[in-house]
Amino acid sequence: MGRRPRVGVVTFPGSLDDRDALRAVRLLGGEGVPLWHAERDLRGVDAVILPGGFSYGDYLRTGAIARFAPVMEEVRRFAEAGGPVLGICNGFQILCEAGLLPGALARNASLRFVCRWVHVRVESTATPLTAELLPGEVLEVPVKHGEGRFLAGPEDLARIEGEGLVVFRYCGPGGELGEAWNPNGSAGHIAGVRNEAGNVVGLMPHPEHAVDPDLGPTGGQPLLASLLARALARV
Amino acid sequence: MRYRFEVVVSLRPGLLDPQGKAIESALPAMGWTNVSEVRVGKHITLSVEADSLEEARAQVEEIARRLLSNPVIEDHRILRAEEVPGPDAAEPGRGAA
Repeated sequence: MGRRPRVGVVTFPGSLDDRDALRAVRLLGGEGVPLWHAERDLRGVDAVILPGGFSYGDYLRTGAIARFAPVMEEVRRFAEAGGPVLGICNGFQILCEAGLLPGALARNASLRFVCRWVHVRVESTATPLTAELLPGEVLEVPVKHGEGRFLAGPEDLARIEGEGLVVFRYCGPGGELGEAWNPNGSAGHIAGVRNEAGNVVGLMPHPEHAVDPDLGPTGGQPLLASLLARALARV
Repeated sequence: MRYRFEVVVSLRPGLLDPQGKAIESALPAMGWTNVSEVRVGKHITLSVEADSLEEARAQVEEIARRLLSNPVIEDHRILRAEEVPGPDAAEPGRGAA
């Protein structure tokens, strides 16, 4: 076995899930590398995670301020060079605001903060996060957000669907789609998307909270394991 | 010169605005049943030091497009742009506000 993959996790002011993401990476055999929003240095990592939380208090719009953080210039460069970048929840919102992912995240249709376990169906395996999974595979992972309704204009949405950029959809335990399984009113039940190249992926659910069998379902394990395997394969 | 701007950011037409819907659903309790199309946006004011109104307006347009709004789902509009007394105008007897 070669060296352990080094996965950077960025801490912004107001990040919450950076510790859990670092811990999940360690648990799955990788090395978690803390990164700081104000530094233009990715410390030579193999992959980058933008974690969940409420960066800059979600002022103006979720992710709107964080995307101008100094570290984001390096994340953009890393992404453009093909490096694997994963945005979870607030990290997903930041990637959309930065234009690294298509679409936007708006206030939940219910106007309520949702915090519960959901199922998601893998729609695309053309990302480092899902490369080791099968299309149609169903995973149980938690969501906890007030602004997770995936939105895009009609043309953008058609392009996202047409080009297969949807990575995850909210679904029932058997993979079935329906409004009852959609926690926030997302268009097309979309829970996660990727960029055209596939190396940048974002999702609202939290794989990093679903890796430890002592704490509940472990739907996040195969996803993060895939990310770790692919992060090394790329080097 | 100092110029003061008011910018309004709103969700693009056709996109579901749950806040607007929630407000609308409260209106019948006030006795109003003739109100529809309630939409919620953001109102932002800012002042810009620049040599001309045109220059200031171009800058505010860029700020509105790149930061104040997310063009994927929102539109922006400059509601008002006017010259106001700048910091050098703060001599005694003026600008006591």
